[in-house]
Amino acid sequence: MADVNRGNRPLSPHLTIYRLPITAITSILVRITGNALLISAALVVWWLLAAATSESYFDLANAVITSFLGDLVMLLSLLGLWYHTLGGIRHLIWDQIIALENVPAEKMSWAMLIGSVVLTALTVVLV
Amino acid sequence: MRYLTDRKRAIGNGSAREGTTRHWNMTVSSYGLLVLVPLFLIAFAPMIGASYAEVTAHFAKPFPAIVTALTLWMGMMHFKNGSRTMIEDYVHGYQRELFIILASVASYAIAATGVFAILKMAL
Repeated sequence: MADVNRGNRPLSPHLTIYRLPITAITSILVRITGNALLISAALVVWWLLAAATSESYFDLANAVITSFLGDLVMLLSLLGLWYHTLGGIRHLIWDQIIALENVPAEKMSWAMLIGSVVLTALTVVLV
Repeated sequence: MRYLTDRKRAIGNGSAREGTTRHWNMTVSSYGLLVLVPLFLIAFAPMIGASYAEVTAHFAKPFPAIVTALTLWMGMMHFKNGSRTMIEDYVHGYQRELFIILASVASYAIAATGVFAILKMAL
């Protein structure tokens, strides 16, 4: 096999030394936000279950979700949800073989970063 | 025995033997969630910080109940497939299988619990 001499031979440091382009940063953030949303989903479902169970249990879950930490988690969840949604839209655009070149891909990366913050702010203000 | 040549049976399937099924599933669920997520935020977000009576009355209405239940179910199925892709990228050996099983179990458990809670409030 090809990796017989692994360990002794010098390896390219690639990821640890290479400055990630904006497209790579926004790509890995899609994966991170998508998987981190598991925590948000679990928290929301726990809150719903508490509301469906009893008033005293709801008061506990509601106290957790509206505490400072709860507010912070919910705000970050909202940001992550919007970011992941925009990331998904980018993939759906790419699937149509549109905007795959460097310049439009970089523009979409910035649109995701700025757009997610704007949409989060709009959601907090309007909803 | 189907009247297919070996070549025809193999084409389009790749080594996983399910072709692009999972990519297609992710595409379909992402289009679905694209519609559901904004509706979910409208249906769900105002209830954070609301009283017990308001919350139970809110999720008894058809629109918030259906949208919230659908989003949770679709979202968790999307998570099940998406996290599997991530696990297959980073985890190897028996741990990979363990993580895929755990992610699937968690997805179905969270989805089922969410739908149950909504149904209990709605009915």
